[in-house]
Amino acid sequence: MTDAAEPAILVRGLTKRYGSLTAVDGLELQVAAGETLALLGPNGAGKTTTVECCEGYRVPDAGTVRVLGLDPRRDARRLRPRVGLMLQEGGVYPMARPQEVLRLFAAFHADPLDPDELLERVGLSDTRRTRFRDLSGGQKQRLSLALALVGRPEVVFLDEPTAGLDPAARRRTWEHIGELRAAGVTVVLTTHLLDEAEQLADRVAIMDRGQLVALGTPDELTHGQRARLSFTAQPDLDLADLAAAVGARVEQPRPGRYVVHAANDPQLVARLTAWLASHDVELGELQAGKRSLEEVFLRLTAEEDRT
Amino acid sequence: MNERDTPMLRAVLAQAAMELRLLVRSGESLLVTFGIPVGILVFFSVVEVLPTGERRAVDFLVPGVLALSVAATGLVAVAIQTAFERKYGVLKRLGGTPLPRAGFLAAKALAVAAVLAVQVALVTVLALSMLDWQPQGGGLAAPLAVLLGTLATTALGLLMAGTLRAEATLALSNAAFLVLLVISGVTFDAGTLPDALAAVGRALPVGALGEALRVAFDGGGFARGPFVALVVWSVASVAVTTRTFRWEP
Repeated sequence: MTDAAEPAILVRGLTKRYGSLTAVDGLELQVAAGETLALLGPNGAGKTTTVECCEGYRVPDAGTVRVLGLDPRRDARRLRPRVGLMLQEGGVYPMARPQEVLRLFAAFHADPLDPDELLERVGLSDTRRTRFRDLSGGQKQRLSLALALVGRPEVVFLDEPTAGLDPAARRRTWEHIGELRAAGVTVVLTTHLLDEAEQLADRVAIMDRGQLVALGTPDELTHGQRARLSFTAQPDLDLADLAAAVGARVEQPRPGRYVVHAANDPQLVARLTAWLASHDVELGELQAGKRSLEEVFLRLTAEEDRT
Repeated sequence: MNERDTPMLRAVLAQAAMELRLLVRSGESLLVTFGIPVGILVFFSVVEVLPTGERRAVDFLVPGVLALSVAATGLVAVAIQTAFERKYGVLKRLGGTPLPRAGFLAAKALAVAAVLAVQVALVTVLALSMLDWQPQGGGLAAPLAVLLGTLATTALGLLMAGTLRAEATLALSNAAFLVLLVISGVTFDAGTLPDALAAVGRALPVGALGEALRVAFDGGGFARGPFVALVVWSVASVAVTTRTFRWEP
């Protein structure tokens, strides 16, 4: 068992280059035992490289990675039985059937879950004898998830676990990941879906171009330093007139999306809606205080774009 | 010993069983590993149209067909299967399980050995019981030659699978199989080929294995030249393959 004080995953100054491209650049990250961390970022942010360094597939050019206190490459033999993983590529024999693949992976572990019960749990009982290549995208992903779980792992790495799934299948996968969290398993998942990170993770690490640009609980990330109010309406309102009416600075960061820089109080909302009413402008969304994770994400990754 | 340690024997046997099931599940692979060698043996033993020298067709054919069976498994079936395992990320995914690479290779070797055992049994029993094959020896030299030939052809097959695209491996391994079939003196006496070509054929693994088996079954024991060729091929191909094999797609 891991010491409660010792992080399940420790990443120190991780740097990984592919030729002239620096995929991960001095990354610092800790994941506590039992925590679910989402690595969020656009394509090419270095999420997969980070996870694959933790899984032992990549050798870091600099820095150290420890999983359950072990080196993913040097201590692979001791670490692998305790880790479950899900790759972006399915990684399953196209001609093999879910039941036999799950039984095979179970045979690699000393005390695996019952393969048939696990198939039932992820909803693959009816397709346990269907060849992998004939499964739907959602069924393939669920089998990959089951393969990650069959060895009763203490740490699970899920690389885009819901990529290509329809909303219903995505929700089912979220439920399985939620169960892992409830069972005290440490989970690291990569995603470029903001709602997925918000829904599943205790903490979200936003990566861009190999670097960590933000780290915190979804609440911490979405609570801005400045009090503010944002709303959507038709584009190109008269900002000066509106600002005078509400008594605060107003910006339009994107066409049709407005931010009022003032403490959110009922009078402010009343003045805003009064102005909208007198100008016959229909209100879209109104959000007070809390920024959406999407705003945080776009702002952070856009800042990077300008450099 | 930790209670989470991998049950290694169980893991390797489960992996070997999986490999074997997949080899058998592929119709193309069965055709190459069993269909073609047995077909050649039966057809050309019964219908004596081939220039097989002075000896009876069956005595000439059995060693060649055994050599061809070995190549069909190692160079073709295993190469193609492994190439697609790499392409589909299966090798990468297995690398993330507690099954170590040595265990994975042991499992593959066991699966190859199982297929080979059936091939050898099929060819020899068929030849002995129905085609009146009468070997004069080979109890020691023949198994050793088959072992070396399997090592060499399987390593060559994995060399392709671990470096080329899966589609290229598919094409190249089948092409190599056909060329070896023609120039290695499997179905007809290589003496009828141009000398240079015949020499090349004898130096390649299938030709060397066929010749080693032919001498052994004739009661000639260990044929020096062919055995040297087999050892050289085995050592060289294993050395190159272990240095170049890529596990990831």
